[in-house]
Amino acid sequence: MSVSTHFGFLDEYAKKEIRRTALKAVAIPGYQVPYSSREMPMGRGFGTGGLQLTLSLLGKGETLKVIDQGSDDSVNAVNLRSFIEMTCPGVDTTTRTDEADVIQSRHRIPEKDLREDQLLVLQVPYPDPLIIVEASENKRKVLHGEADYSRLLVKLYEDIVKFDEITISHRYPTRINDHYVIDPSPIPRWDVPKLHQSPALVLLGAGREKKIYAVPPYTKAEPLAFEDVPFRVEDFTGKNGKRRSCQRCGCTTSFLDEFSESKYGKKIYQCSDTDWCNEQMTKVSVLSDMENISGNIEAVEVISG
Amino acid sequence: MDKVLEVRNLSKIYGKGCSSCFELTGSEFNTNICPQCGSIIAAHDVSFDLYKGEILGIMGESGSGKSTAVKCLYFDQAPSSGNAIFFDEGKKYDLFELNAAQQRGLANQRFGMVYQNPHLGLNFDISAGGNIAERLLMSEVKNYSDIRSRARKLLMRTEVQTERMDELPKNFSGGMQQRVQIAKALATNPSLLFLDEVTTGLDLSVQAAILDLILEIQQQQKTSMIVVTHDLGVIRLLAGRTLVMKYGRVIESGLTDQILEDPQQAYTQRLVASAL
Repeated sequence: MSVSTHFGFLDEYAKKEIRRTALKAVAIPGYQVPYSSREMPMGRGFGTGGLQLTLSLLGKGETLKVIDQGSDDSVNAVNLRSFIEMTCPGVDTTTRTDEADVIQSRHRIPEKDLREDQLLVLQVPYPDPLIIVEASENKRKVLHGEADYSRLLVKLYEDIVKFDEITISHRYPTRINDHYVIDPSPIPRWDVPKLHQSPALVLLGAGREKKIYAVPPYTKAEPLAFEDVPFRVEDFTGKNGKRRSCQRCGCTTSFLDEFSESKYGKKIYQCSDTDWCNEQMTKVSVLSDMENISGNIEAVEVISG
Repeated sequence: MDKVLEVRNLSKIYGKGCSSCFELTGSEFNTNICPQCGSIIAAHDVSFDLYKGEILGIMGESGSGKSTAVKCLYFDQAPSSGNAIFFDEGKKYDLFELNAAQQRGLANQRFGMVYQNPHLGLNFDISAGGNIAERLLMSEVKNYSDIRSRARKLLMRTEVQTERMDELPKNFSGGMQQRVQIAKALATNPSLLFLDEVTTGLDLSVQAAILDLILEIQQQQKTSMIVVTHDLGVIRLLAGRTLVMKYGRVIESGLTDQILEDPQQAYTQRLVASAL
C-alpha cells in the first residue's frame, strides 16, 4: 500500500509547532499548552494527541513501542503501530519496554522503570481535571492560574463522606511541581506514583481537546489527598489475605487485570503489562533451567564424589 | 475604636457613562438613569466607616444601590470609581488596587458573605458539610478530620442538626439553608461579614432566630458586619448606625435610633412612617 511519502505523515510546520508546544509544556510542568491539533486519518479520541506527539518526536533509527492498556496487541496499539510503521520509514518497532526510545501508551505506564533516555507519550481524552467542577474554560484557566483546587478537594471530601475512601479509580488528579493539577490520562492509580521523580520525560497529548502537557524528568508529582487520608494504590490482596499473583507468570508485584475463566466463570488474574509478564516468564524459565542444571551438577558431583 | 473598613466615594455605573451622569441623576431628579447616555447609576459617592464589632445597616428600597455597594466590597462586581481600605491585624489593604488572586484570597479568608438567595452562597450539588469544607480547603486546611470537626462545630453553632451535615442543602428548609450559609461564611473566622437581605422571605419565627444568631455572633466574636435590608425591623434590631440610600445616593446617615425616631429627609420620613 502506498501512502504519503512525507516522513511522519505530518508536514514539517505541524511537527515544528508540536515540538515547540512540547517544549513549552516541559518548561511549565503540568500546564496545558494549547496547540492546533491536526486532522489525522483516524477519529479524534482514538489517540490522535499521542500520535501527533509521537510522529513529531520520532526520528530515523529510533525504536518505538505502542501499548494499549498494557498490551502491545490491542486494536488501538496495533493500528497506531502499523500506521507509524507505514509513515515513518527507518523507525523500528518493538514490544520490549527496555528496547524502546519512545513509548506511546493508552491507559498504562509500563511496569518496568523507565530510563532517562526514554520518552513516554500518553494519550489523553480529557486533559482538564477541573472539568468536573467548572464548566467554563475561562474560569478553569483562572482557577489553574491561581492554583485554586479547593473544589477538586471538596469532591474528594464528599467521596470520603459517602464511601469512607477516595473512589477515583483512574484519571487521578495529580499536582505537578507544587502548582498545576493535571489529569494524568486514564492510567490506574497504580501508575500515578511512577510519575513522581520519573527519570523519563512524560508527555501527554489530547488531540480532540487540543492540549499538550508534560511531567518533566525528576519532577514532583503528588496525587491530591488529605493529610490524614493519604492516597493509596489498588489493593490486590486476595480473600486468603495473600497478594494475588499473575496466573501466567506468577508475578506478585505488578498491576493485575481480572478475567473470568471461560469454563467455570472463576475469577483469574493476569499482568496487565504483557511485556512485563513475558519477561517474568522467561526469567522463571531461565531460573528453573538453572536450577535443573545446578541440580544435575550437584547430582553429578554426588555421584563422582 | 479600631476602624475595620473605610469606604470613600464608591460609585458603580452600568453602561458607558458620560460627564453629566452624576449631575442629572439622584433624588432631585427622581431617577438613577442618566438622561444623556442612558447609563444606570447604581451607586454614587458612597462613603462610610465601619468599626470593629459594629453592625452598619444599609437600607433603602429595591434598586437603591444597597446591594451593589456590598457586592463591590465583596469583589462580586468591580466599582467604577472610589476606594476602600480594609484594616486587618495591623495591615492595610486598598481593596480595589489588589489583583484578582489577592482579592479572592481576602474575600475567602477575612470576609464572609450571606446572600438573600442561598443558591448564590451555597453549592447545591454538594453536602452542607462539603460547602463548609470548600471554604476551609481554599484556606489550605488539608486534614480531613480537622475539616469534619470544624464543619460540625460551625453547624452546631448555627443550630443546624449535625446529623444532617452530609445531606444536600436542597433537602433543607429555607431557614436551614440560610443557617448553613452563615456557617459557611463563618468558617474562616472572618473579621467582616456582609449580610444581604438574609431574612427576606423567611417566616417570622425563623427570622427572629436568625437575627438572634447574628447578634450572638457579633457579641461573641466581635465580627464587624454590614447588613443590607429593606426591613426596618431588622435595622432596628441589629444596626447601631444606618445609611439610607435612594437612587444610588446615601441620602441620610447616622445612629439608627436617630434615623428611625427623627428622620430628616422626606424619603426617610415616608419610609419610616409607612413601616412603623
